[in-house]
Amino acid sequence: MRAPDSGLLVEEAAVTLGGTPILRGVSLRVEPGEFVALLGPSGCGKTTLMRVVAGLQAPAAGRVLINGRDVTRAHPAERDVAMVFQNYALYPHLTVRQNIAVPLAMRRLNGWQRAPLLGRLFSRAERAAIAREVAAIAAPLGLSSLLERKPAQLSGGQRQRVALARAVVRRPAVFLLDEPLSNLDAALRVSTRREIVEIHRRAGAASVYVTHDQAEALTMADRIAVMQAGEILQIGSPEAIYRDPADLRVASFIGSPRINLLPAAAGEDGVLRLDGAPLPLRTPARGPVTLAVRPEDWRIAPAGLAARVAHVEFLGDHELIHLDAAGTEIVMRAEPELRVAREEALHLSFDPARALLFGADGRRLPVAEREAAHV
Amino acid sequence: MSEAALAAAPPRARRRLGEALGGWLLSLPAALSFLLLLLLPTLAAVAMAFTDFELGLWPPAWIGLENFREMWEDRGFRQSFRNTVVYVGLVAPASVLLGLGLALLIEAGARGRALFRAVFFLPVVSLTVAMAAAWQYLLHPTIGPLNAALRNFGVAAPPAWLSSSDWVLLSLSAIGVWEQAGFNMVLFMAGLTAIPRELREAASVDGVHSAFERFRLVTWPLLGPTTLFVVTITLIRSVRVFDTVAVLTRGGPNKASEVLLYTMYTEGFTFLRLGYSAAITLVFLVIVLALMLVQTRLLDRRVHYG
Repeated sequence: MRAPDSGLLVEEAAVTLGGTPILRGVSLRVEPGEFVALLGPSGCGKTTLMRVVAGLQAPAAGRVLINGRDVTRAHPAERDVAMVFQNYALYPHLTVRQNIAVPLAMRRLNGWQRAPLLGRLFSRAERAAIAREVAAIAAPLGLSSLLERKPAQLSGGQRQRVALARAVVRRPAVFLLDEPLSNLDAALRVSTRREIVEIHRRAGAASVYVTHDQAEALTMADRIAVMQAGEILQIGSPEAIYRDPADLRVASFIGSPRINLLPAAAGEDGVLRLDGAPLPLRTPARGPVTLAVRPEDWRIAPAGLAARVAHVEFLGDHELIHLDAAGTEIVMRAEPELRVAREEALHLSFDPARALLFGADGRRLPVAEREAAHV
Repeated sequence: MSEAALAAAPPRARRRLGEALGGWLLSLPAALSFLLLLLLPTLAAVAMAFTDFELGLWPPAWIGLENFREMWEDRGFRQSFRNTVVYVGLVAPASVLLGLGLALLIEAGARGRALFRAVFFLPVVSLTVAMAAAWQYLLHPTIGPLNAALRNFGVAAPPAWLSSSDWVLLSLSAIGVWEQAGFNMVLFMAGLTAIPRELREAASVDGVHSAFERFRLVTWPLLGPTTLFVVTITLIRSVRVFDTVAVLTRGGPNKASEVLLYTMYTEGFTFLRLGYSAAITLVFLVIVLALMLVQTRLLDRRVHYG
């Protein structure tokens, strides 16, 4: 069992900038060694939440606790957090070695020892220890041969690794990453994902990773917090967020291509009807509802929802079939062997166990398979 | 390949020639005005420096380095040169540091940025000759407010700021600092806003707590290019000091505030010794060019981290 007061705890944090609420009472708990992704569209408040944790933004209300200590009003330097900035924020006049050493030098050397020239004489032992730690962090990141270079002489990926090294060299309790991959090209982005997760595992810190890219969140995070309009809509494992979304906004934000939304109605008997045709699903709700089906859950069937093929995208290992079902656009993910022609009329069915149902307010509704199922 | 290429070669060569001709024609107005307005007058002044040209005496004789020998032996010129060096040595560091300090204070403050910026920039946009009258009154030995204040604080015989040979250079330097600090402040403020906010935030997350440490780790190194530019421009502007001297002291008393440009002006326009005046101009030009060379060749490489 972990101590209950370890890791990061944010309680009801609220931030208002210029009269606009940016965060509306957000709470979040991250255990040591856990990797939590804050996922949401731009402007949803995810970066602001991270800045509140780092101490770069003072919350109007709420508390931030790190390892059980209330740091809500503490200076960033006193919080035991490290941060990787979106544009890396490397010191351009310092070499890679000096950049990585800054967090150690700032905490272990006093003002006189950091003074130019003379300071070296009074801090031989400390400086040797710092140099050893910098070398130890740099080696696994492949930075050993670049230590004497300036940031301007590095590629984007190398700068990124220097920023990561500078953040973890001090072994912080909380490790914050603000869209660290957004400035890398697509190929490098995918390979750096694993690298970041490995760095996180070695550091063992409570890591918070801000991103708007759901692929990053799904592949890297232990848990994902989906944010929108200054609120966390849902926190859960990537599987739970994808398969079991609590809110229509979460369901439609996660998944690419987007989940298919179909206007349906629940009759007085609780049986769901799509365009008047009964579905093998029953719900306790009544009235108009939204049925959500993921693209990979559709099947072509002898009978069912009538649709016409509008467009086919071939993507190598699979294809996306865009269909028109009585005015509603449906995207289906299919095996590439499935040959369909444009304008072809066919019928669709879906796996009822995987169907999601949402009420008019966007909340998830319980849904069950009806006995004597037929589509 | 060869035949086709050979056949195509002449028209291509002709086209290239036509393009070159067009380029020359288009740059002709600029080239001509550069020649007439800048290059020729400069060359004429340089040539004049080696003659004994005086207004009214014709033809001037070529006297080689005679003007420079005279300058070397002229106690008045040496005094003027020394005064200029002292003036630059006082004004340049003081106005650069003051400009930096003002910029940092105004940037750090929450309110009144526009007001303070305008207040300290006022001397730059105001006419020095007109403001000199105000300074003359402020520093007047008997009716000036400064000496009145000093007397109030118990200073029995406050100095005659502009008419004592001990104080006149210092007084002019103070006016020079007042003139230039605001300009430097605006340049430093521009430099400060160019520093990415992320860097300052990274520093505070990395453990930088005090404003001084942040200045040392982030602000000062990143202001490097700005500082270099400010230092160079301030040095050049200080070497060029003329109007306060001309209006307030006329180089006096007893040449105690004689400076390079004022000497050049009196030699050329009072004594009409244009050849000698041109030689002084040449010395002045060499100093300014040397300062610019130091900037571009030596220091520039050390402050741009590219």
